[in-house]
Amino acid sequence: MRTGASTFAEGVDLSLYIIAGISIFFLIGITAVMIYFVFRYSKKRNPKATNIEGSNTLEVIWTVIPTLLVIVMFYYGWMGYKPMRNVPDDAIVIEAYGQMWKFSFEYPDGKVTDSLVVPVNRPVKLNLNSRDVLHSFYIPAFRVKEDMVPNGENYLWFEPNLPGRYDILCAEYCGQLHSYMLSSITVVSDAEYNSWLTSAPSITDEHPGLSLLKQNACLTCHSQDGSKIIGPSFKGLFGKTEIVVTDGQEREVTVDETYITRSIKEPNADIVQGYMKGLMVSYAEVLSDEQIAEIIDYIKTLE
Amino acid sequence: MTNTALSLNYLQAKKGIFSWIFSVDHKRIALLYLYSIGTFFLVGVTLGVLMRLELLNPGKDIMEAQTYNQVFTMHGVIMIFLFIIPSIPAVFGNFFLPIMLGTDDVSFPRLNLLSWWIYIIGAIMALSTLLFGDGPADTGWTFYAPYSVKTGTNVTMSVLAAFVLGFSSILTGLNFIVTIHRLRTPGMSFMKMPLFAWALYATSWIQLLATPIIGITLLMIVAERVFGVGLFDPSIGGDPILYQHLFWIYSHPAVYIMALPAFGIISELLPTFANRTIFGYKAIAFSSLAIAFVGYFVWGHHMFTSGMSGPARIIFSIMTFLVAIPTAIKVFNWVATLYKGSIDVQPPLLYALGFIFQFMIGGLSGLVLGALAADIHLHDTYFVVGHFHYVMFGGTGFAFFGAIHYWYPKIWGRMYNKLVANIAFFILFIGFNTLYFPMMIVGLMGMPRRYYDYLPEFHLPNMISTYGSWILATGLLLMLGNLIAGSRRKREHIDRNYWKTGITLEWQTLSPPPVSNFDRMPVLPKDGPYDYDHKPEIKEKED
Repeated sequence: MRTGASTFAEGVDLSLYIIAGISIFFLIGITAVMIYFVFRYSKKRNPKATNIEGSNTLEVIWTVIPTLLVIVMFYYGWMGYKPMRNVPDDAIVIEAYGQMWKFSFEYPDGKVTDSLVVPVNRPVKLNLNSRDVLHSFYIPAFRVKEDMVPNGENYLWFEPNLPGRYDILCAEYCGQLHSYMLSSITVVSDAEYNSWLTSAPSITDEHPGLSLLKQNACLTCHSQDGSKIIGPSFKGLFGKTEIVVTDGQEREVTVDETYITRSIKEPNADIVQGYMKGLMVSYAEVLSDEQIAEIIDYIKTLE
Repeated sequence: MTNTALSLNYLQAKKGIFSWIFSVDHKRIALLYLYSIGTFFLVGVTLGVLMRLELLNPGKDIMEAQTYNQVFTMHGVIMIFLFIIPSIPAVFGNFFLPIMLGTDDVSFPRLNLLSWWIYIIGAIMALSTLLFGDGPADTGWTFYAPYSVKTGTNVTMSVLAAFVLGFSSILTGLNFIVTIHRLRTPGMSFMKMPLFAWALYATSWIQLLATPIIGITLLMIVAERVFGVGLFDPSIGGDPILYQHLFWIYSHPAVYIMALPAFGIISELLPTFANRTIFGYKAIAFSSLAIAFVGYFVWGHHMFTSGMSGPARIIFSIMTFLVAIPTAIKVFNWVATLYKGSIDVQPPLLYALGFIFQFMIGGLSGLVLGALAADIHLHDTYFVVGHFHYVMFGGTGFAFFGAIHYWYPKIWGRMYNKLVANIAFFILFIGFNTLYFPMMIVGLMGMPRRYYDYLPEFHLPNMISTYGSWILATGLLLMLGNLIAGSRRKREHIDRNYWKTGITLEWQTLSPPPVSNFDRMPVLPKDGPYDYDHKPEIKEKED
């Protein structure tokens, strides 16, 4: 297991070790007894079996002992979990968004990033949200995980206690590139954190259309350099003539505002020849008309 | 009836394909199930081996991400709905429940045939997604909303297939409950019923009461996809967590539909090969009911990270730990049954011992997942995949293999090669553990499940796991080859009580049994089904 790097790690690992310890003890013990019986009471060594129908004493013993043990296990599980639901009042609150297939974060001062930087030994609360389907925000080193639900009110918090860079993974299956939905969290000193807050560029300094493409993970499937990924590239797209399949019929279209808008809102209406249907979901609910206009404006710049 | 009519066995009674696919004989229906379930199992295994090949190295090995997602969905749907849910009840329950109860068929033979046909229709629907529409579903077998509502793949058909298959399961459950209540041979009270029948009884109640919920839930998905009714997708006013609740209210008890019949098999194998009475008959029988009952109230442990309220998480955690107690009681009683027995190590017993070991790993790792703190770390990681396969494959799968080796001479009146069977068991056992144990390790390291690609630090366990899949596949092929070779051997006389030490009623009739199951009235042991002190003398021939 990765070294724990948050204050929760101790409680989680303790519950794990206690349950695993008890389990391994019983696993080895019972298996050993079972194998011993098979040899000791083999047909050869013990030609005549003794019929023992049961024993109430033993039944009581092996009901009571497991009951006590599972209560102990539950207790440690609960104790390790309890602090995860009590967010300290002084926590830094960051909005975290999941979408197919990337994470993005919005700091209290409005800075938007695609990975996290947080100060060591300070509680951080993440309000979890999703822009499309279910995701799950998971930092193995911190032992935290909580689903990102669209319109949901989920949250999690942690207090990192070891500086370093740790993986953020998506743990809830969310479609084609689920396993590539990764990010990182960097734990730094207070001073470094403050200088990062003021100096590092926010994604919002870019062309607003590009920010939207990044936030909505469009670029996972549509390249900006002309290479073919899952969908057609954005490079030189505007004004180009494409052959598309509409309701099974091939036709030629010129890429303009109307075409791009339709492709964003009804991605399966026209499929560019050579690409697969059904891989893109509609963004009609996600992007406003103004935002789509920003995106088109940005695509125009990619000549 | 004349004596020859009584002794004409069910395999020879009629000829031709229609005498099989329209048969209302529970034994023939059992074999229909066996061959269809076996075929789908092999398809599922092939998909599993392909998945492991893809995960041999990070990055792309043999297929694209989208294909991989569809493969693991197909693997799950086939293994869950087409193999493991029907497996033991539909095959061995159908074949042996009436015989063990000393009767000639289930209560509703035509309904029994219907449930096989429904099963086949559901299976064809599930497999049709490979050929028609926009490709097989890529949602995972859990069909979580809102992804299952939004994806362009053929989710509607897969979901409808699962819906149809549910009816097959409900009908089988209903049939068994009525059979157990109404058709026990005179003198066989509930407390004198074999433990396999008890296990099927508990299972059948779950099938009957829980399956309709998944049916409704799956129809809700269809309503949302086809008619745009906002049930689960928040963008049209639905609640995705509601879907998870509805799904797991069925699917957690369904885990016991898969596991309880396996417990029943083990409770049959141990007395026969230890040549002694079962230890703690009542404890084993009632713990099945307790598991079935408490199993209804633990579904929330699938949702510890979903955003469910704190108190709900705590209650579901406690309930989950409670299920462990009746399960532990069973294991202790099984091991105690070996005490002072006269143990004959035959292939079915090896599978039973393998079951106990692997099922313990599966169950104990379940305790880790039941604890709130540990589950936060391990939820939706490979640890869960490992745990699940230990219970379902290492447990139920091995019990299924044990059962087929146990009843083989009774079903076909022939015998496989025992030495090969033993070798195949050890290859399977080693392959199984090499395949699934590393999954728990990589889960502890933090690798999420349903991952097409993974970070370099997860490489080694994944590699070992893939090697394990090759060993396992070899063992399966050897086992299967041996079973098929056995059926092609020249028919010889197989004693009624092939293992000599069998005590339940199927060992009193001919091998294979006659059409009406018994050629003479079965004799019950005096004090309960496993009363080895008063084991009825079984004569091969009538004097």
